[in-house]
Amino acid sequence: MSDAAHAPDAHGHPAPPGGIMRWLTTTNHKDIGSLYLWFALIMLFAAGSMALLIRAELFQPGLQLVRPDFFNQLTTMHGLIMIFGVIMPAFTGFANWQVPLMLGAPDMAFPRMNNWSFWLLPVAAILLMSSFLLPGGAVAGGWTMYPPLFIQGGVSYDLTILAVHIMGLSSIMGSINIITTILNMRAPGIALMKMPLFVWTWLITAYLLIATMPVLAGAVTMLLADRNFGTHFFNAAGGGDPVMFQHIFWFFGHPEVYILILPAFGIVSQIIPTFSRKPLFGYASMVYATASIAILSFTVWAHHMFAVGMPVAAQLFFMLSTMLIAVPTGVKVFNWVATMWKGSLTFETPMLFAIAFVCLFTIGGFSGLVLAVAPVDIQLQDTYYVVAHFHYVLVSGALFSIFAGIYFWLPKWTGHMYDETLGKWHFWLSVVGMNIVFFPMHFLGLAGMPRRIPDYALQFTDFNQIATVGAFVFGFSQLVFLAVVLKAIKGGAKAPARVWEGAEGLEWTVPSPAPYHTFETVPAVK
Amino acid sequence: MKSMGQRSGMGGAALAASQPVLAEYGYNLQAPASSVAHHVFQLHNLIMLVCLGIFVAVFSVMFYSLLKHRKSLGHRAAHFHENTAVEVVWTVIPFIILMGMAYPAARVVIDMKDTSNPDMTVKITGYQWKWSYDYLNDGIRFYSNLATPREQIDGSAAKGKHYLLEVDEPMVVPVGKRVRLLITANDVIHSWWVPALGVKQDGIPGFIRDSWFKADRIGTYRGQCAELCGKEHGFMPIVVEVVSEDAYKAWVAKKQGAAHAAAADNAKSFAVAELVERGEKVYQANCAVCHQANGMGIPGAFLPINGSKVATGPIADHIRVVLNGRPGTAMAAFASQLSDADIAAVVTYQRNAWDNKMGDAAQPAAIAAARGGTAEAAAPAAQ
Amino acid sequence: MSLAQTDKYYLPQPSLWPIVGSVALLLMAVGGAMTLREVDHGGWVLLAGVTILLFMMFGWFGEVIRDSEAGRYNKQVDSSYRWSMSWFIFSEVMFFAAFFGALFYTRVLSVPWLGEGDTMRQLWPAFQAAWPTAGPGLTADGLRFTPMGAWGIPAINTLLLLSSGVTVTWAHWGLKKNNRRQLVSGLVMTVVLGATFLGLQVYEYHHAYTELGLTLGAGVYGATFFMLTGFHGFHVLVGTTMLLVMLLRSIAGHFTPDHHFAFEAVSWYWHFVDVVWVLLFILVYWMI
Ligand code: HEA
Ligand code: HEA
Ligand code: HEC
Ligand code: CUA
Ligand SMILES: [Cu+2]
Repeated sequence: MSDAAHAPDAHGHPAPPGGIMRWLTTTNHKDIGSLYLWFALIMLFAAGSMALLIRAELFQPGLQLVRPDFFNQLTTMHGLIMIFGVIMPAFTGFANWQVPLMLGAPDMAFPRMNNWSFWLLPVAAILLMSSFLLPGGAVAGGWTMYPPLFIQGGVSYDLTILAVHIMGLSSIMGSINIITTILNMRAPGIALMKMPLFVWTWLITAYLLIATMPVLAGAVTMLLADRNFGTHFFNAAGGGDPVMFQHIFWFFGHPEVYILILPAFGIVSQIIPTFSRKPLFGYASMVYATASIAILSFTVWAHHMFAVGMPVAAQLFFMLSTMLIAVPTGVKVFNWVATMWKGSLTFETPMLFAIAFVCLFTIGGFSGLVLAVAPVDIQLQDTYYVVAHFHYVLVSGALFSIFAGIYFWLPKWTGHMYDETLGKWHFWLSVVGMNIVFFPMHFLGLAGMPRRIPDYALQFTDFNQIATVGAFVFGFSQLVFLAVVLKAIKGGAKAPARVWEGAEGLEWTVPSPAPYHTFETVPAVK
Repeated sequence: MKSMGQRSGMGGAALAASQPVLAEYGYNLQAPASSVAHHVFQLHNLIMLVCLGIFVAVFSVMFYSLLKHRKSLGHRAAHFHENTAVEVVWTVIPFIILMGMAYPAARVVIDMKDTSNPDMTVKITGYQWKWSYDYLNDGIRFYSNLATPREQIDGSAAKGKHYLLEVDEPMVVPVGKRVRLLITANDVIHSWWVPALGVKQDGIPGFIRDSWFKADRIGTYRGQCAELCGKEHGFMPIVVEVVSEDAYKAWVAKKQGAAHAAAADNAKSFAVAELVERGEKVYQANCAVCHQANGMGIPGAFLPINGSKVATGPIADHIRVVLNGRPGTAMAAFASQLSDADIAAVVTYQRNAWDNKMGDAAQPAAIAAARGGTAEAAAPAAQ
Repeated sequence: MSLAQTDKYYLPQPSLWPIVGSVALLLMAVGGAMTLREVDHGGWVLLAGVTILLFMMFGWFGEVIRDSEAGRYNKQVDSSYRWSMSWFIFSEVMFFAAFFGALFYTRVLSVPWLGEGDTMRQLWPAFQAAWPTAGPGLTADGLRFTPMGAWGIPAINTLLLLSSGVTVTWAHWGLKKNNRRQLVSGLVMTVVLGATFLGLQVYEYHHAYTELGLTLGAGVYGATFFMLTGFHGFHVLVGTTMLLVMLLRSIAGHFTPDHHFAFEAVSWYWHFVDVVWVLLFILVYWMI
């Protein structure tokens, strides 16, 4: 691979600039992957602290800690940052690290653009977070940004719209880069149907991103125009319709939730076979299932809008198409179970998180199915049942898969084994904590507690108190995670090239830590 | 409040149970009080049971494998990784199950959407942050505000039984009648939701959406606004009193009498002190959520009235702002919400309260003139 | 480009341009928001951002062009560019789809809803739904406008853009035959056609604002009209600028008959802008 006899010609690699300049100017996929992951971790703590403040306020009925308008700011920023600042960047970080390694490519297709995709994110984060300090505070209209409420706010609303534009730009460039890398940079011999499943899920995710982020950009551009340029897209007096925004938003929004879960499916599909010491069951059907989920995801958006009052035919259509998504998702769950079946299982931390993922994501999927049934959704829409649903798929789904992936690849990235005992502590605290926070929310929603409220009626007290306790357990156990990561970076047992006994794939053929430049010449793949 | 032990003991059983009684334990939907709510309740139980069944089936297999197929027990990995037959089976069976769930669901959707042949029609409008009810058949119109005192919310007074779920003027309907609801909103999207009646419908500004219910039982049913509508979103409850036919008639007569009295006020002329006194009440009920009791507003969000150029400038401009609002901001047009006398009172109050010492007054007649005989003038609110 | 290079990958050096671009966008966003909210000096911040962005584009593209002319891009890089340009155009298609979707939704669904049933009876009793409209509230307030007709400037513009699609293709043929004259004159014609289009559109907007009462604020017709044609016009502007760069590069002797993806990318983009215009012409102007 990297032969030492490199002349410092146009292809040579003089040592990268040191200090901060290395990170600002880097064109190396591994550096950029690390930047994404660190950014996501910092944002997790920021948005998580907001969640803890939300939970603290909701510990008791009455207003104790925050005023209602600030509460709405917390909810909105928590949602926006978790989605755009934590989960998406973390997955992109994985893609940056792993896709070139898994495909035997030297780097991403467009290393400079790759740098820019990342360095747009801090810009968006600054625009979003600094608005807490502006008069009127941060945005408080919900992460879904519905007009006319979103038309009313002050300067932070404009900043949020511009931040969404910039994040969209970042995602589109990032996705074009990933797609091109996958389609054009595979080492000879890696046919599409031989790619690791993680790469497949990212290929499809990147497609979803390119198809939907521009639509979101269009939607928020219309908001910006309604706010500032006197248009009437979302105002009935001028012939517009506030509900039109919801249609456009969810046309983006529903595929977006699969953007937040398909790479998770990919990560889990790498981990389960490794620790079962058995090939993934039904590789081809996994690929087809992922593709079907992506295609179906464009036909279900209005299940977020059953309560706006659509014509009967539309309600029936969106109900049925939504329910159909359970079929390919079910295929995935069954395939994972079949992969474990008759394997030779061990339970290192990545595997524990992956197993918890399968089980808890399914709970979230089932509550999604309950919500898909229009009449039931009309009762549950905008209640804590929905909050429970999406935290099961996002926290025990997306976030847990990220934890699993970090534990899985950290030795490859740092060259050191992480501390297994601490990892297990992190796992058990997280699983238990997570369920204590979010399971009771199902009951709250069924009993009639709306979401996005800072104060509630007395009958909801018990479950809210449980949830708050759970939130603090879950939140503070993430400090354990931080400790594990820092410890592994500093030192620890030396990791071999092939870190896990059952690991298969190109990434396990390069030494640990993976050298700064890998596969500069085309590797031979049998 | 029930003890936690007792509650969690019921957990598993209540989840799976299909008797409405269990709803009281707070693990399931509220006890239904209308046919639609009833159908939804049963539909939910059915789906929950199916999901629970699949969950148990799938994860017994997985946990069996986790227990038995461990490396530490010396289990060796098998090498199969494909089986078209099972893959087809586990694609087709879920599909069939889903269609089995979709059929009853579709029937409920069709029933919910059928708003034909109502016995009466009520138009409901959401405002930041209150509801108005317009009984189209009886010519009654009124606003319904949160009745929980601010002290209970701040924690300086003990919280009452119906904390946050009580209003000054509930919606009243007769039992056993098909009530059609025409739902809309004035400023931003709100959502009118009463769980026990099985109705949740967003109010979309500029559009009317309809829904219906027929309450089976006399009683009081409580709900809340279910769409984020700004800072007081958590504080705009809905209360529906379902009463007997006779009680309903009596209520209608009382309401119509009150409307006449309010109309009479509009023709009167008041002393400044009278207006200020009345205006303070109107202000507390309608304006203080944004402009605050001390008139200072909230920096960056709601302008102060104390020292405002409008409240200390020409009175005609002041009246115009209150009547027409400021389009594109949270400042709503109050022309259709308040009577001439109330607007006169609140304007006078704002001009004479705190540091504003204008000493002048607006009379109801001036408001009527400023309305300029627009359509709204014909429908002053009956408070 | 030598064959020996194809088994080796091309890897660019660390680059300062992206971070410069990020600073530019930060300034543009802050300055833009300040301008919208009428904060003092917002315009200057915005201007600074735009200037830095232009500086970054000059620098970054210049680097790419130098790399390309130095023959550092092999077949693989070339096909990466092809993939990426296709996906980029797909993203643009989706961006326009959002606005066409809005046009469809209002025309076919929501405007008719405003004029029928209880919505009409309770809220907008005087409204007669028809397209084009400024909407029930604005119409009641006395807003009147004349919709833009299809057979004046828009039809001429259609002709201009369609012929520019032909001239750019003709230029491309010239390049493939290594006929520089044909390349340059084809590009000159294309740039002139594009610029004329823009000039006519500016005239049309002026006419709309001053004589037809047709403004951004003219209800949902005005909003969709200006958003769609405006974003399209912006794309024509970008396309024309890129064509101009291609023209200058051609004059400077860049491109070879089998290595000129930059040129092809611009012509793909130009054809895309063309197709959007045809849709606009049919749906926005013609089928009122
Ligand atoms: C990672 C993100 C993610 C994922 C994967 C999903 C997956 C699903 N979601 Fe979820 N959803 C969200 C994130 C996600 N959702 C978010 C963020 C919101 C709220 C947004 C907001 O308003 O703020 C939301 C809201 C939401 C709503 C609107 C609720 C409301 O506001 O009223 C609905 C309604 O249909 C829904 C449905 C579904 C369904 C049917 C799936 C399906 O994909 C689930 C499929 C999976 C399974 C069903 C389990 C496994 C299957 C089997 C084991 C097979 C056998 C099963 C059967 C035959 C039943 N979701
Ligand atoms: C991936 C997405 C994601 C994730 C991971 C989470 C994580 C969490 N969420 Fe979030 N949530 C959303 C996405 C997510 N959420 C979305 C989209 C919404 C909807 C927003 C809207 O309505 O618009 C929402 C809304 C939402 C609500 C409803 C608010 C409302 O309706 O008013 C609640 C309430 O409990 C909540 C709670 C939590 C909690 C307790 C966590 C926990 O998992 C968080 C765990 C905490 C940490 C990880 C932080 C650890 C911090 C410390 C230990 C302190 C140390 C401090 C420093 C070092 C500075 N969330
Ligand atoms: C939903 C919040 C809200 C409520 C309720 C509300 N206002 Fe306002 N009001 C505003 C906002 C926001 C502004 C500032 C509008 C702007 O930016 O021009 C405002 C501005 C005003 C002004 C102009 C102040 C100035 O200096 O320009 C007056 C007068 C006023 N309101 C009176 C009232 C009265 C009287 C009531 C009650 C009957 C009331 N408001 C209720 C939000 C509200
Ligand atoms: Cu009204 Cu929420
Ligand atoms: Cu969805």
